[in-house]
Amino acid sequence: MSTLETAPAVGETPATAAAAKSGKARKRPSFLLWFAIAWMALVLLGALLSLVASDVFPHGYDKAFGEAKQAPFSSWPEFLGTDGLGRSHLTRLAFGARVSMIVALVSVVVGVLVGGLLGLVAAYFRGVTEMVIDLFSDALLAFPPLILLLALSSVYEPSQTSITAGLAVLTIPGFTRLTKASAIAQSNREYVTVAKAMGAGPGRIIFKELLPNTFPAVMSYSVIVMAVLIVAEGSLSFLGLSIPPPMPSWGGMINSAKDDLSLYPSQVFVPCAVLFLTVFSLNVIGDRLRAKFDVRDTKL
Amino acid sequence: MLRLLGRKLLALIPVLFLVTFATTALPDLVDGSPVAQMLGPGSTPQDLKDLEHEFGYDKSLPVRYVTWVGNALTGDLGESLKTRTSVMDGIAERFPVTLELAVFALLMALIVAVPLGVWTAAKAGGRVDRVIGGVSSGLLSIPTFVSVFILVYFFANPKMMLAFKPTGWEYISVDFAKNIEFAFLPALALALAEIPQFQRLLRSDMLATLQEDFILTARSKGLSTPYVLFRHALRPSSFSLLTVSGLTLGRLIGGTVIVESYFAIPGLGQGMYQAINGKDIPVVQGTVVVIALIYVLLNTLVDIGYSLIDPRVRAR
Amino acid sequence: MAEPTTTGSPTPDEPLLRAEDLRVHLDTPRGLLKAVDGVSFAIERGETLGLVGESGSGKSMLVRSLMGICPSIARIRGSVRLDGRELVGVPRKEARTIWGNRIAMVFQDPMTSLNPVLRIDRQLTESMRLHLGLGKKEANERAIELLTLVGIPEPLKRSRSYPHQLSGGMRQRVTIAMALACDPDVLIADEATTALDVTVQRQILDLLQEIQAERGMGMILVSHDLGVVAGRTDQIAVMYAGRMVEHSPTADLFAHRRHRYTEALLGAVPRLDVPREQRPRAIPGSPPDLITLASGCAFAARCGAADDLCRAQRPELGEDLGTHRFACHHPVGTDAPAGADAASGDGADEKPSLMKETPA
Ligand SMILES: Nc1ncnc2c1ncn2[C@@H]1O[C@H](COP(=O)(O)OP(=O)(O)OP(=O)(O)O)[C@@H](O)[C@H]1O
Ligand SMILES: [Mg+2]
Repeated sequence: MSTLETAPAVGETPATAAAAKSGKARKRPSFLLWFAIAWMALVLLGALLSLVASDVFPHGYDKAFGEAKQAPFSSWPEFLGTDGLGRSHLTRLAFGARVSMIVALVSVVVGVLVGGLLGLVAAYFRGVTEMVIDLFSDALLAFPPLILLLALSSVYEPSQTSITAGLAVLTIPGFTRLTKASAIAQSNREYVTVAKAMGAGPGRIIFKELLPNTFPAVMSYSVIVMAVLIVAEGSLSFLGLSIPPPMPSWGGMINSAKDDLSLYPSQVFVPCAVLFLTVFSLNVIGDRLRAKFDVRDTKL
Repeated sequence: MLRLLGRKLLALIPVLFLVTFATTALPDLVDGSPVAQMLGPGSTPQDLKDLEHEFGYDKSLPVRYVTWVGNALTGDLGESLKTRTSVMDGIAERFPVTLELAVFALLMALIVAVPLGVWTAAKAGGRVDRVIGGVSSGLLSIPTFVSVFILVYFFANPKMMLAFKPTGWEYISVDFAKNIEFAFLPALALALAEIPQFQRLLRSDMLATLQEDFILTARSKGLSTPYVLFRHALRPSSFSLLTVSGLTLGRLIGGTVIVESYFAIPGLGQGMYQAINGKDIPVVQGTVVVIALIYVLLNTLVDIGYSLIDPRVRAR
Repeated sequence: MAEPTTTGSPTPDEPLLRAEDLRVHLDTPRGLLKAVDGVSFAIERGETLGLVGESGSGKSMLVRSLMGICPSIARIRGSVRLDGRELVGVPRKEARTIWGNRIAMVFQDPMTSLNPVLRIDRQLTESMRLHLGLGKKEANERAIELLTLVGIPEPLKRSRSYPHQLSGGMRQRVTIAMALACDPDVLIADEATTALDVTVQRQILDLLQEIQAERGMGMILVSHDLGVVAGRTDQIAVMYAGRMVEHSPTADLFAHRRHRYTEALLGAVPRLDVPREQRPRAIPGSPPDLITLASGCAFAARCGAADDLCRAQRPELGEDLGTHRFACHHPVGTDAPAGADAASGDGADEKPSLMKETPA
């Protein structure tokens, strides 16, 4: 047709660019989202089974049962193969999921509760309270997080508890900032002013007015943070500074197989794939939630 | 301007205090005596006392802190428990390696991400944009310790392609070509994680710029699309990318532990890793403080630099 | 569909710029938006067309479609000829040799239409270097000449500064200099003075008029203010809802305005010979939504003279360019149909005194 078509986005008006962007977000097949949800369900199932019903796995996580370094998809039911000591990949990955999920979920819950409360309090009282809270969260954020964890692991013997505690502390300032920003935006709105004018106390306003409205932002952020936490725990266990053996973790499995890379690549890539898919799924879900609630600026 | 600088530097003080204080407190957290490992078999409790006294661990925390700060200000970060050499010297030797790796990774990430960011913004919503967007969100989910394996498997593997050295290091001052050969894969592994973030950031800033009137003016002059994109739109869109690059450099300097320990590169990260495993507390302390200091200073510099480079901000 | 492209040298009987049945349809998420719908006009060298209409009437879209610079959702149809050469449908690469070179544009807001991070000289010279193939030095010299021409003091110093270091009026002079850089045949000023204050506005308009006369360019002056274009144009086109509703030689339009919308628009122009309290300020009602436009006259809903005919059937504009054309069933001067009260009263015999001077 006879349009002097120019490069699409160059000189577009905001309306069209926005349309193009949101169009993209909407049109993308939600297949990815369903896949992500299904994968996370599987991971959670694995974690749950290894926690409460580890008998359902054909073999234990710490006992060799057959030939070492079996490739995946070569036998049934151990279709993920075996590790360097002849232990079941399937079972070990499920137990790894348990470690990752516990660390991520507990840290996020602590982060949301402590960080969220601090953020709400800072947003409500402002002034000195806000300054003190900001000081601590800025100081924590001013550290390269991995370095902090490493420094701690130089003095503490790593355990599930110490790792979770360390990561939980690190997640707090992010949530503090997020809830604070979001709650401050909320508290300038009319309904909060109205509530204050009607004599509602701080507790009431924080919990009845501010909290519910910051919830969506916090939720999508939490999912993204879980992905970050899983990577962080993975990094530590890859360095051998997380849960001690024989308890498996994904990063630890990758670490112990690293010398087999060229001869038995599946030894490395099976746990890598599981870890990647989990992080990816969480990112997909988090992105979706964020797009849905339109939260901006949620970097950890 | 000066007020801003003053405020930023003032804000650094509590952060620096917390960092240094926490690191000085580190030995107190150790189970048992931090110097216990230095004793050979058959040593007496008196030997332990002597050593503790020598390293100052018999003093109280506030005293130790003041001493430590005083020494640190003169460039003395103590002695390694293992080698009994100066911690500062060790850091001075390792730091350039890590810095090179971080800068190399940052440059790589920018070289790839800038054209991609511009391209995806120009074609926003189109197929190219969607494909690159998809790939970059996949890339975003690959942790460094996974991409390390992917890269080594494909590019430093006699069975696939032996383009690079899987492990080892050569100092840049000794042999440049060899240095690059060793540094390429680790730097790429670090860069891979940054590329999607840079690309996304630039894309969204570019999209905003492309809606400005001056882009229409430029186009109405008959300038070609690449010219408009790179000469008119890129500069005003790149301020936050520059900021983030600065922050990323700081993060990379503190984040090379995994890559350095995997590729056996004698940088700060590897030093830190070895010190942790050897419970060499003074080295851990020194490295943490140096890295945190660089990180915090870079953040502040970037904060200030941001307002310096943008003529519009300057004008306000 | 575009007509087959006619190429070749300018034919003597072809006007400088001619638009025929030009349409710009936008494919918006809400539906098809006819931003420009069937517009025709012609201008000769040295002639100025004034394009007037309320905000959203499609003025910008029309002038941008003349060059072909429209949002990607736009479809341009009809014909635009420059010296007989068809512009609609030419490949973008070819179109770019015309943009800034033979047709140049000055935009509304000088605060945002200059690149904030590039120096003035750079922005002035880039089109000269591209279209005229000038070297850096020649281009810089010419840039200084241009800045002098548009009345910028200390042109050498100014050329080295960034846009934010100049005042709004100065910046608009710079954008005019930019538009003049390649000696265009047609200069389009899209509300070039709307964002400036009154005295500066007049200076800029005078400058444009002067340069246009000097160079014999064709010019299109876009404004939502009839007063601005009154004394400075040869013909005036009044746009409403994407269409021309009245188009005529300037003198004729003011002497015998026919369309009820033009009438209302004239009423909305502040006039100094009428006591302040009697000066109508705006036309009651608001412009129609261009997506859900009904079949009748688009102005019917706001027109005092509208009847069922107006609501059912759209009045057509005459075909004869150069004559006084208007699209109205009950033009000013005829009696309004019974039952409908006149929009702006008994304006017909009242001669507006806008011709000579243009108080803004
Ligand atoms: N990119 C776009 N997407 C959708 N609709 C648009 C776009 N650009 C313009 N329009 C619509 O096209 C119509 C004509 O707009 P145009 O900018 O030409 O009006 P105008 O007469 O120049 O108004 P103003 O006096 O405000 O500049 C308007 O209804 C506007 O809403
Ligand atoms: Mg306009």
